[in-house]
Amino acid sequence: MTKITVIAFDGTRYDIDAENGSTVMENAIKHSVPGIEAECGGACACATCHVYVDEKWTDTVGEPEAMEEDMLDFAYDVQPNSRLSCQIKVSDALDGLVVRVPERQA
Amino acid sequence: MNDITRTDVLIIGAGPVGLFAVFELGLYDLKCHLIDILDRPGGQCAELYPEKPIYDIPAWPEISGQGLVEKLMEQIKPFGPQFTFNRMVSSLEKLDNGSFRVTTDENEVFEAKVVVIAAGGGSFQPKRPPIPGIEAFEDKCVFYSVRHREMFAGEDLLVVGGGDSALDWTLNLQPIAKSLTLVHRRPEFRAAPDSVNKMLALRDQGKLTFQMGQVTALHGDNGQLTGATVKSPDGDVEISCTRLLPFFGLTMKLGPIADWGINLHENLIPVDTEKFETSEKGIFAVGDINWYPGKLKLILSGFHEVALMAQAAKRICNPDEKIVFQYTTSSTSLQKKLGVR
Repeated sequence: MTKITVIAFDGTRYDIDAENGSTVMENAIKHSVPGIEAECGGACACATCHVYVDEKWTDTVGEPEAMEEDMLDFAYDVQPNSRLSCQIKVSDALDGLVVRVPERQA
Repeated sequence: MNDITRTDVLIIGAGPVGLFAVFELGLYDLKCHLIDILDRPGGQCAELYPEKPIYDIPAWPEISGQGLVEKLMEQIKPFGPQFTFNRMVSSLEKLDNGSFRVTTDENEVFEAKVVVIAAGGGSFQPKRPPIPGIEAFEDKCVFYSVRHREMFAGEDLLVVGGGDSALDWTLNLQPIAKSLTLVHRRPEFRAAPDSVNKMLALRDQGKLTFQMGQVTALHGDNGQLTGATVKSPDGDVEISCTRLLPFFGLTMKLGPIADWGINLHENLIPVDTEKFETSEKGIFAVGDINWYPGKLKLILSGFHEVALMAQAAKRICNPDEKIVFQYTTSSTSLQKKLGVR
């Protein structure tokens, strides 16, 4: 299990034991983190699981692929550290990962 | 009054479950007409994940969303379903003779003995961008689609987005606009490269402005737009505009279903599990839009639901006929209907 933390917009921390290979979105939904809607169910076909990756983690998590960038066009207040959480796969390398939920989803 | 299209069963939604309903109803000789807001069949399979593999369709270890839609269209072809695309059903009323009148947002009128709501997550509608206060400008200065091009003549237009809709309308409206600014958050576009090149050529000729960034605020009073603030990599930029056209993709909304007098349960339609009938006799709900104890939002479950629903629909449409349960493997009459005999 890999420890990840999702911080809701109101500051509430959700410390989650996540299975490797699962997505950050799936874990956030499983733990009912408010603000992660995931309307399309993880198909990278909407932009409602948008998160900000903590600055310390952006290099490790990496850049979005082209299709994810396309979807991020629909998100609200996109920043350089914006990602869709359905496209971040949990692995040992991400142990301790912190992401923040934006004020609103598109 | 417009011409009325008559059919046995009117199906609202042409997603996988609506399509398979045509098959099950067709086996009982019921003719179907489907209405969908998209411009093609398939619903979410076509719009959200045409390329994505689905792994839980029985006997298909793997099939793409679009592949499933194509197979369903092939399967229902013998029954000659009729389609009306690009339309939303706006009203549904019961007539004195027990049948239903269905009207679309373009005022087409249908009459059917049975209505099947297979509307999935609701109808796909343009997404409202999360700009504070945008509601106040909607339908006056903010439009999510262009129905009448002339409305934009002589206006200072602000088009937002990087897909084909944004670029197509930029190119289409630029000649008649007083000025046009296109805002997109990054230098890459999803739109066809040809459209992007044309847009860049117009920019180089000084005929339009391209501003990289995201719209964060709108300005104006009483719904009259005067300008917008764009957060760009170089800081905030103020843009004068009188019309805003944001193209932020589609989202699913329940839409007018809430006004049809059917009982709802958290935006879903409660049904029984014998016939999948709603609180209104003769109106059925199948697939993701319905709710009953134990409901799972699976295509598989929707397929089961339409098979049972078809029997009840048959009883309503032909109350005097005896329903004979038959298998397609052995029944000569079913095979004739399928055109394989």
